Amino acid sequence: MKSGKFGAWLAVFVGVAYFLAPLVATFEFSLRMRRGEYSFDAYRVVFASDSFQASFLYSTVLAVVTIVVAILIVVPTAYWVQLRLPRLRGIVEFTTLLPLVIPAIVLVFGYIKLYGSSSVLPLTATTLGSDALLMFGYVGLGLPYMYRSVETALRAIDVRTLTEAAESQGAGILTILFRVILPNIRSGILSGAFLTFAIVIGEFTFASLLDRPAFGPYLQLIGASRAYEPSALAIMAFALTWACMGLILLLGGGAPNSTGKR
Amino acid sequence: MSFLTLTGIQKTYGANAVVRDFDLSVERGELVTFLGPSGCGKTTTLRMIAGFETPTEGSILIDGHDVTNLRANRRKIGMVFQAYALFPNMTVAQNIGFGLKVAGRPAAEIKARVGEMLAMIKLPQLAERYPYQLSRGQQQRVSLARALAPSPQILLLDEPLSALDARIRVSLREEIRALQRNLGITTIFVTHDQEEALSMSDRVVVMNEGAIEQVGTPSEIYNAPRTRFVASFVGTLNLLDGTIVDASAGAVDIDGQRATTRRKLNGAKPGDVLALALRPEALRLGAGGDDRNTLAGVIEDVAFLGAVVRVRVRLARAAIIVDTFNRGAGALPARGESVAVNFGADDLIPLQPN
Repeated sequence: MKSGKFGAWLAVFVGVAYFLAPLVATFEFSLRMRRGEYSFDAYRVVFASDSFQASFLYSTVLAVVTIVVAILIVVPTAYWVQLRLPRLRGIVEFTTLLPLVIPAIVLVFGYIKLYGSSSVLPLTATTLGSDALLMFGYVGLGLPYMYRSVETALRAIDVRTLTEAAESQGAGILTILFRVILPNIRSGILSGAFLTFAIVIGEFTFASLLDRPAFGPYLQLIGASRAYEPSALAIMAFALTWACMGLILLLGGGAPNSTGKR
Repeated sequence: MSFLTLTGIQKTYGANAVVRDFDLSVERGELVTFLGPSGCGKTTTLRMIAGFETPTEGSILIDGHDVTNLRANRRKIGMVFQAYALFPNMTVAQNIGFGLKVAGRPAAEIKARVGEMLAMIKLPQLAERYPYQLSRGQQQRVSLARALAPSPQILLLDEPLSALDARIRVSLREEIRALQRNLGITTIFVTHDQEEALSMSDRVVVMNEGAIEQVGTPSEIYNAPRTRFVASFVGTLNLLDGTIVDASAGAVDIDGQRATTRRKLNGAKPGDVLALALRPEALRLGAGGDDRNTLAGVIEDVAFLGAVVRVRVRLARAAIIVDTFNRGAGALPARGESVAVNFGADDLIPLQPN
């Protein structure tokens, strides 16, 4: 019994050390910019950099737009599949999982081929077009997470009966979606949104090949040319991702459901 | 003219007919119950009236207007669901006021109506609670108030009491009936519980395998069932095979013993075998007078049920159940005892063949 407990604790210790040691080492290194003492100089340099601010702002705005578009596409689709087309669930789930299977580099080359300057719809010919293309690419990348989160939340409520109850009260489809369904799947939408945010903020391949000034390429550039700042950025990226996860847990309870669970 | 008219309603899914040849007229202010076992088509018919399903054939008229292809949100129908279907993100007051808000009514009017509805269901103190903070009975009351708040033309209740425990079920069905009478609202109630159907309804529609078996008042359904199905589904019943001896005199042979009925024999001829129904509570132990039928048998089982003592008497082949009131005095009948069972000529009910 005692040896079993020791084994379990050893496994936990090894696991924690495996994940935390690189993080602690990176953090420690990020504090060593000033010779002979620990300081937050690397963080100060990063925050003071115009490129950091511009690329972070660009990626944040892009992430927000991506989330809004993803919600507008995914929520009605998942709702309709659940309500009227349950037999299509398998096909839709398969489609939403494709971005996990197809490498980002293949996808972006496909986009460049389809929407390049010599194509019928030359999105890459303008800045706005490229931004839009990047945003739609991110919608695709976030699809597996957003769809799954929303679909799980929809399964947790009685979509059909709530829809019919609202219809019997005279509500149309938009009222049902915005006043009845959306508030009750808030937790799923938030989960999908924060996961999408985390993906978009650090994404490199799409942004780099579409030549957009996003945070991912900035991270790569700093990593290749500086010593301490990349570590500071890595710690900040971790902190941002964890903050997203924390927000999912904090806000993800959503509206109270019929069983009283939040 | 009837307030709600269903004519020639059919509903099929592929080759499977879920509702067949359904014709019904419901008067304004009437409470009609669809009664039947699971899968008999009662809920599908209700959903067609609500607009959630479209009939494959036939028409639905409400107050003279054809609503067969009208969307559910335009039918002005109030619906109460088995699973309550309260909106979890809204308070009780917001749930009740939802339909009025959707209709764009002024806030003051909504507030007043919600207050009125809360008073009606006797839950004014729960206006700001969320559905999960309510008991099941309270949730169903709120669901009823929500359905009634926009003053619908018709109230539809889809097995609203089946998820509640027995005591609340009885009190709530009395409340629903009282409310329905007070408001005078035309109501369709779906249930598989015959006691609910008989106690609440102006008329009962008994359904089986997608078709109507019989439409009538609770008394007609119980006392004069037309088919074997209705007779066996509504209440406890003895079903016996009787051979016609003299059709004009209503004489039949049951397991070698003679009995007579005053009811119509549905055109049967001597020698025909008919299904006959006898309610257990219409039977008495002991020999009857000249004006009553008497069958002889042996007591096979005695079950003490509290207010009622249920005795099973074996005739030659068939067995019949006799329900007698427990009067508290005297010994119970003994198993193996020879006994006579008597009943009136009106109590023997010939059934139409299915």
